[in-house]
Amino acid sequence: MSKTDAHIKWRIAKSGAAKTIIIILAFACVIPLLAIFFYIIKEGITKINWHFIVNLPKPVGETGGGIANALVGSLLIVLCASVIAIPLGILCGIYLSENRSTKLAYYSRLAVDIMQGVPSIVVGIIIYFWLVKPALPFTGKPLGFSALSGSAALAIMMMPIIIRSTEETLKLLPDSLREAGLALGLPYHKVVMRILLPCGISGVLSGVILSVARVAGETAPLLFTAFGNPYMNTNILKPMQSLPLLIFNYATSPYDDWHDLAWGASLILLLWVLILNISTKLITRKWRVQL
Amino acid sequence: MDNNQSNIYPQNVFAGKYLNKSLTVKAAKTAKHSNKQIRVEKVFKQALVLIALSMVIIVLSIFFTLVVQSLPSIKALGWKFLGGKTWDPVNNVFGAYPFLIGTLITSFLALVISVPFSFAIAIFLGEYYPKGWLSELLKNVIELIAAIPSVIYGFWGVFVLVPIVRDLETKFGILPYGIGIFTASLILAVMIVPYAASLGREVVRMVPSALKEGAYSLGATRFEVIKNVVVPYAKSGLFAGILLSLGRALGETMAVTMVIGNSPLIPDSIFAPGHTMASVIANEFTEAADTVYLSSLIEMGLLLFLVTVVINVIGKRIIKRFTNE
Repeated sequence: MSKTDAHIKWRIAKSGAAKTIIIILAFACVIPLLAIFFYIIKEGITKINWHFIVNLPKPVGETGGGIANALVGSLLIVLCASVIAIPLGILCGIYLSENRSTKLAYYSRLAVDIMQGVPSIVVGIIIYFWLVKPALPFTGKPLGFSALSGSAALAIMMMPIIIRSTEETLKLLPDSLREAGLALGLPYHKVVMRILLPCGISGVLSGVILSVARVAGETAPLLFTAFGNPYMNTNILKPMQSLPLLIFNYATSPYDDWHDLAWGASLILLLWVLILNISTKLITRKWRVQL
Repeated sequence: MDNNQSNIYPQNVFAGKYLNKSLTVKAAKTAKHSNKQIRVEKVFKQALVLIALSMVIIVLSIFFTLVVQSLPSIKALGWKFLGGKTWDPVNNVFGAYPFLIGTLITSFLALVISVPFSFAIAIFLGEYYPKGWLSELLKNVIELIAAIPSVIYGFWGVFVLVPIVRDLETKFGILPYGIGIFTASLILAVMIVPYAASLGREVVRMVPSALKEGAYSLGATRFEVIKNVVVPYAKSGLFAGILLSLGRALGETMAVTMVIGNSPLIPDSIFAPGHTMASVIANEFTEAADTVYLSSLIEMGLLLFLVTVVINVIGKRIIKRFTNE
């Protein structure tokens, strides 16, 4: 009797121990996150001020200087990428959710899966050979390193995220919604744009914002496309600096002044990405698809 | 109704004379309008098909561009490219073996480090505490880990992790580089935890409660239920999570480039500096002037592309089969 008792106690103790270990392991992941956050905030907060935001980087040896060019560049590049990727992504998501079992939908879905897995550095190479190097059909000369080609690279990375979230959200909507619209005589495009899309706006929008947050921090595809630029530039056909590129270039440089700039830029980039992520949370909470 | 009629019928006494005409105008207008709507509808449908098709075309052209651009190196080097142990652009010797090894070691080491943590999170969120503020908090933490840009991981790694690793190495009497394959794996491990964890959580939650309750009613403890029911049931999904993490780790560039040490030699230990395929491309692509040099870098990109495609497609297949069951 006491032997089985002991055995049961041993099993219960084992169960409790396993639970403790799992909880410890699960929450161990909080440590690196907090460590990164606190370190970036500690290093970055002292560097950020008005001067930092509106000025250009100074050459080595001069203290001060800011990252205005990278801020403007990042905004422009991501904006252009959004202009390319959002309409295409949403429309493709609509196609995939509306045509679930066609052959094209199958291959398109496979293509989107593949596109999502393509390493970001490979996207950079691809755009280099599509836009940067060859002579383009209309202008007859290569685009060269430019913000626009950087945006194209980022757009390729954004589309799968937008397509996936649009498809998943629209799939949740009941068929009766679509049928009611069609029964009233609405043309198909109005059913989609005026009924389905507004009903699923929370999922679509959070996918869009998530994709922006994801590419805002991408460096690898910009290395061979937007290239970086130490000066202020707002012409999207010229090379342009962006926050992640600036962080990479200055962080790997041997100068302390440049490290300071990179810390400040890291904090701004981190805040930017955080705010975007939090806003997707708020959006999904506010406009949840209700069934 | 009244409003409508006053619109249709002109307000004059010769209504009869104008009535027909105005109605036909109205009808013609409606017909024109609906014709236009039908046209727009057609264009819209075609546009949808075209865009869906363009995704397939983009992926195919990515593949063909990589193949075409790496042809010079495939022709010039053949299989020697993969087996060659020296990478010396100055003397036109291109062997990718050190980078293949570097990529494999960093990725697998990162997986080994990260898997216990991501499975613990999956079981914690899927089984122990599916609801409540604590699990919400942990879920948000996981999402934030995935959201931090890789260049920031790299920057943090260079200034915080590298000194720590260097101290450890001096303590254990290893050559204290600080930077190297081990450091890169540590950073990668943190970065890929969310992928296996969030997928794992989904599959652990999908384990039918009837199965678990059956085990409980036979007197199993919680740990025994997890070990003998939950994990076996969810194992294909957990495996898919590992695959997706691996795909992510293989292609990760910036954080690895910043801490791996960028040495083209075959690493003699996991603490030695090395190179991965992605980090070589990032470092040398813009400097590669020679055709074979450039195209051998692209061949590495092609390799990377193919490997990640295979891994991702297999992973997605497994998930799909799991969710359909």
